[in-house]
Amino acid sequence: MNIFTRFGEFILMIKGMFTKPEQTRMYWKELMHQCTELGIGSLGIVSIISFFIGAVSTVQTSYQFVSPIISRTVIAQIVRDSVILEFAPTITCIVLAGVVGSKISSELGNMRISEQIDALEIMGINTKAYLILPKILAALFTIPLLVIIAMTLGIWGGRLVGDITGILPHEIYDRGLQIDFMPYNVTFALTKAYTFAFIITAIPAYFGYNVKGGALEIGRASTTAVVVSCVMILLADYLLAAILL
Amino acid sequence: MITIQNIKKGFSGKSVIDDVSAEFDTGKCNLIIGASGSGKTVLMKCLVGLLIPDDGDISYDAKSFSQMNTDEKKEMRRKIGMLFQGSALFDSMTVEQNILFPLDMFTNKTKAEKQKRVDEVLDRVNLSQAHKKYPAELSGGMKKRVGIARAIVLNPQYLFCDEPNSGLDPQTSLVIDKLIREITTDFNITTIINTHDMNSVMEIGDRILYMYQGKKEWEGTNKEIIFSKNERLNNFIFASEFLQDAKDMRMLEIKGKIDNSRNMDDLLK
Repeated sequence: MNIFTRFGEFILMIKGMFTKPEQTRMYWKELMHQCTELGIGSLGIVSIISFFIGAVSTVQTSYQFVSPIISRTVIAQIVRDSVILEFAPTITCIVLAGVVGSKISSELGNMRISEQIDALEIMGINTKAYLILPKILAALFTIPLLVIIAMTLGIWGGRLVGDITGILPHEIYDRGLQIDFMPYNVTFALTKAYTFAFIITAIPAYFGYNVKGGALEIGRASTTAVVVSCVMILLADYLLAAILL
Repeated sequence: MITIQNIKKGFSGKSVIDDVSAEFDTGKCNLIIGASGSGKTVLMKCLVGLLIPDDGDISYDAKSFSQMNTDEKKEMRRKIGMLFQGSALFDSMTVEQNILFPLDMFTNKTKAEKQKRVDEVLDRVNLSQAHKKYPAELSGGMKKRVGIARAIVLNPQYLFCDEPNSGLDPQTSLVIDKLIREITTDFNITTIINTHDMNSVMEIGDRILYMYQGKKEWEGTNKEIIFSKNERLNNFIFASEFLQDAKDMRMLEIKGKIDNSRNMDDLLK
């Protein structure tokens, strides 16, 4: 199956999601369930990663700034902008592509193989709308929030480590954070977050929903879904940076 | 009644169903039998709309399924219940939630009414103590019974069963067969069953369609099948020597050459 056929199938899948829900209450329930699964379920890993990214950024930036003519506040500025522009949205979403993407792909793949999707179809339920759309919407609601949390924790992690290790006292760090702050950077990061949220749910959903075969194919579909999602995130990252910055 | 006319279905240029026509009666257990790869499951998937036939027509009570629009098909599917080969229970839900699901999705009943209906159907399949169990905690036979309960919870007019006895011991198979038979007659629904199980054929096969390499090879009742002169059908149903012996004995019985009041002890002497 060539890339154009797959792309065509993907577009048809997205188009097929938009129908009138059989029972709005059930779709809402599923949406809330997915928000919990994708959002709350990923909070722990996102918090750990973003804290350490901020911490490591402070240490490494400080290590490279040895010149006495450069103000130490620049370290905080670099950490802030790196975290907001790149680390929080991109690294967080690449990690989520692994965590959430493989989960979505294997869940749908298993449902396909065990005929649970067929069972829903027989009942007259639009399975694309019931199984895929709530996952994408949940990601669009929760992942930007996770990215905001990642930004906060990343910057805070840098501040804490700078203070504890004595590399950068928090007074200097706080002053640095306020110098030349551009609110547009947050808008840009959230634009990336929405784009990546769609990628890390829609692509694994496509691969999982269309699994044919058995357990081996579910594994292959999950791996392919994560790899394709990561590549698409990096591609989208470049395109958004080139267009919006 | 479900009528199929000249159904054809192929994959990648290879014909799987070739010009099959048949009628499946209301209030009867209609069986589709045949060897593995004969096209039974593909035919059933065409019947329920999971696959679209390349040619031919499928009618539910004289309404052409092939010509229905998406909304009409959706409406029709609500009149269909299906028991899958692997039961296809939602494994993240309990037995009760599995059966509640179609009620939640398609009815506006109150919680008490829905609970009453769940209790009724679970009682009907003799699983009144399994409400809170998850599919992983159930035996194969219990899963099939939950599958049947879920299939009948919306009072379907048509029931499809794909290999209802696969993976079950003979005794449990009999229980499932009996249950399907009772549901079919009690609710006067059109039941279509895909099976390999000759015991089911003899027990509940009101009408039997034998498929061979994608074509309808033979059609008749369980009374007629044993005396069929179709060689392929005979090769299929009398694949074991035991069944051939049973047939020979039945023939002798009919001809009056042996006493049909014999019992196993006499035969073993």
